[in-house]
Amino acid sequence: MFGYILSRLLQAIVVIFAMSILVFVGVYAIGNPIDVMIDPAATAEIRENLIRQYGLDQPLWRQYLTFLGNVAQGDLGRSMVYNTSVTGLVFSRLPATLELVLVAIGIATLIGIPAGIYAGYRPDSFGAKAIMALSILGFSVPTFWIGMLLIMGFAVQLGWLPSGGRGEVGTFLGIPTSLATSNGWSHVIMPALNLSLFKMGLMIRLTRAGMVEAMQTDYVKFARAQGLPERQIVFQHVLRNISIPVVTIFGLELGSTLAFAVVTESVFNWPGVGKLIIDSILQLDRPVMVTYLILVVILFVIINFTVDIIYARLDPRVRLGGKK
Amino acid sequence: MSPALDVQGLTTRFDTRSGTVTAVDDVSFAVEPGRIMGLVGESGSGKSVTGFSILGLVDEPGRVSGGRVMVEDTDLRALAPDVMRSMRGRKVSMVFQDPMMTLNPVLRIGDQMAMAVRVHEPMPKARALKRARDALAKVGIPSPEERLAAYPHQLSGGMRQRVAIATALLHQPAVIIADEPTTALDVSIQGQILAEVRRLADETRTAIVWITHDLAVVSSLADDICVMYAGKIVERGTAEEVIGRPRHPYTLGLLQSVPSQHEPGTRLPQIPGSTPQLSHLPSGCPFRNRCPRATQICATAPPMTGTGNRSALCHHPLETA
Amino acid sequence: MSNTATDTGDALVGPAAAPMETRTVRLRNFWWDFRQSRVAVLSLVVIVTLLVLSFGAPLVAPQDPYNIAMLEWLDAFLPPGTVGTGGYVHVLGTDNAGRDMLSAIFFGLRTSFTIALSAGALALTIGVTIGLTSAYFGGRIESLLMRIVDLQLSMPAILLALVMVAVLGQGIMQIIIALVFAQYAYFARTTHGAATVERSKDYIEAARSTPLPTHRVLFRHLLPNVMPPLIVVATVQVASAIALEATLSFLGVGLPLTEPSLGSLISNGFRYIHSDRFWLSIYPGIFLMITVVAINLVGDQVRTVLAPRHGR
Repeated sequence: MFGYILSRLLQAIVVIFAMSILVFVGVYAIGNPIDVMIDPAATAEIRENLIRQYGLDQPLWRQYLTFLGNVAQGDLGRSMVYNTSVTGLVFSRLPATLELVLVAIGIATLIGIPAGIYAGYRPDSFGAKAIMALSILGFSVPTFWIGMLLIMGFAVQLGWLPSGGRGEVGTFLGIPTSLATSNGWSHVIMPALNLSLFKMGLMIRLTRAGMVEAMQTDYVKFARAQGLPERQIVFQHVLRNISIPVVTIFGLELGSTLAFAVVTESVFNWPGVGKLIIDSILQLDRPVMVTYLILVVILFVIINFTVDIIYARLDPRVRLGGKK
Repeated sequence: MSPALDVQGLTTRFDTRSGTVTAVDDVSFAVEPGRIMGLVGESGSGKSVTGFSILGLVDEPGRVSGGRVMVEDTDLRALAPDVMRSMRGRKVSMVFQDPMMTLNPVLRIGDQMAMAVRVHEPMPKARALKRARDALAKVGIPSPEERLAAYPHQLSGGMRQRVAIATALLHQPAVIIADEPTTALDVSIQGQILAEVRRLADETRTAIVWITHDLAVVSSLADDICVMYAGKIVERGTAEEVIGRPRHPYTLGLLQSVPSQHEPGTRLPQIPGSTPQLSHLPSGCPFRNRCPRATQICATAPPMTGTGNRSALCHHPLETA
Repeated sequence: MSNTATDTGDALVGPAAAPMETRTVRLRNFWWDFRQSRVAVLSLVVIVTLLVLSFGAPLVAPQDPYNIAMLEWLDAFLPPGTVGTGGYVHVLGTDNAGRDMLSAIFFGLRTSFTIALSAGALALTIGVTIGLTSAYFGGRIESLLMRIVDLQLSMPAILLALVMVAVLGQGIMQIIIALVFAQYAYFARTTHGAATVERSKDYIEAARSTPLPTHRVLFRHLLPNVMPPLIVVATVQVASAIALEATLSFLGVGLPLTEPSLGSLISNGFRYIHSDRFWLSIYPGIFLMITVVAINLVGDQVRTVLAPRHGR
């Protein structure tokens, strides 16, 4: 198990390095940040000075090393728009995004998995077909459009929920979060539902597919031949088996939910990192873009790493190094 | 002695797109305690469906449409689904063909067996595990205590099949249906398991229905043999009678195509043609277009010739061979 | 055999050189199976109708929404069903600039289709080339290419597209490139997966051992056999390209309103969401939803039909 973790850890570090180079080259090497920063009427001398000051006269690999050095010291530069440290800016926005993502994943799991189990257990029933039809909708209809409908319905027409923004922030176990106040919940529930729909569709399909497959296996027939009741077969035999792929996807999707938060946050005017990245793209605030992208990459790698470990814990065949 | 299992007129049909197919057609047989009955047939002959029908576990779109399944004087077919469930594993158990697939890969052996114990006899888990351990020891598994903590993939195929047999034996059922349990195993392991099963049948007085396509296996194991073809039992008798003096031309064909019983260097005889599709059976005797003895009369339904325990379903049974 | 084959050697190896008859039969069988789902057939009809309406927009639409000279301030915010200064009924109302919504939607749909189809075709070409190349050559090339593809697949498409848009800026070409960048990996992965399975089969070995040029083996023999899964992926990806483009345009980083797509129309209407002028955003949204769902439903049915049969 230890060797397994170590090799995974090494892989993760390699990926982070590779991606940091890609992001750096992608955002810094294409186009010239100086053009954005200074008045086009500035003299050639001022230009030269600025270029030297930012190290843009150095070869790309040296620029990258300088960049890495700064990153190692936690310095990702200053936002050109907000004129504050990018790290501070991103981290001040992160809690809002995280609580949104957490609630969304919670909703997707609590509804998606039971619905998937049902649809997989009785695949030919009307209920199962209705669930699958809904999951196709959740899967294919663009998030922003559903978000807009939610606002029109629940905020504009019915007036039950606020149409956007984050609510009052309270503290829970010393962590400042809007999930600690009822006003906060009234703000988070609609965007979280919006964000969860895609994941819910995915969760339903995965669970259903796993269920359908598992119910036809010999070990289920054998359990039936032992006289186990269906409920016990589903919950003690089958769920344990399908939990492996479901947990894996659940984890992997945590990262993509963070990315999809970009859309939901823009629709609901939610002050998280997703809204920040859109604003920074619109305003060509490159340091913020780079920081966001690197942060997302690191998050993805950490999530993949954790999922691998959990996967190994759950599946004895992987954990004990046996063959499949 | 009254039989442990008495099947009368069992019929199972499948509703498919191309019409209704009768996979098990009016099948009757009885097995007495401690005896092993070999149910022999090619794949598609309905022998496995017969096994599942006895347990009431035929998958959609199949359904048992007629007959009685008496286990120790209870008609399983007359029971409510939940009562029927309580009979499975307690009075009738089943062992499957592929030991790689019958155990849940993500649960420990002990947990799976304890679950099977406690579903019929509520008891603390520690006691259930002890029962499981004893069962493993009884089927000849070395150091059973350690095996309880193992996952299926850590055991060999033969070991897994022993675990499956031990699980089927947990409640000392009256009947065990064994669906080709040694087909997927190496020949050497197969021999060990067969010896073990013979011993268990004698010791526990459990009646065993041994489903197989392999006449060589049943000839050394079974007390009685029923040969199935196209959903019907075409010949029955003691193992000695059926193997030594087959009456049905199909049985003879099967026997002649067993390589080990054949003289080396000569061409191995085989039954011409292939197993008919159940949806396209010829009229009369279903074997007639593969049968060397077939005549015109075979286009009509063949009669049962012989007495109750020694009979063949044929117009032209072989007298001796 | 050699009479029918104009290309030497091809007829000897593999299903690639299937005669015309079997291909027609296969197509007819496919259509027969596809028809089993009424929902899928209906979806197909909807897609074809929308394609005709959008590409025929200049002929069908009551107004040219790009022609600013034609727009009348008096016509702004007319509710659906009102007759405007042009003397005809604005079935779906007008927007803040007095544009007829129905016309704007048809033209917007045309932009959406154009972008999604070109991006899809490009992504398909690039992805298939990468997938086939890596599957055929194997070794280092394969592991390097597939490593990159997998890395990209682990990132959500929206994120990749955002990065590209951030780097490239706005405009139709930029969006297409961003979409291709976000989507080619799906094609590459699918092609590679299917081709690896095919690779191990005898007929590819046979084709390889004849002196046929490499590209010939790749495209004449491997490609036809990876087609079924590719068709499914392509349908799904075109739907997701339409949704993705709409999302980017909605976020304001896609197309400007001067080149309206469904996304930018909805984005424009979103500004009036708190007033009662729902028609500005609802109607383009409904068209978007219908388009995307219809394509996905067709894709679903194609997947079902092309899937290896379960034993009957």
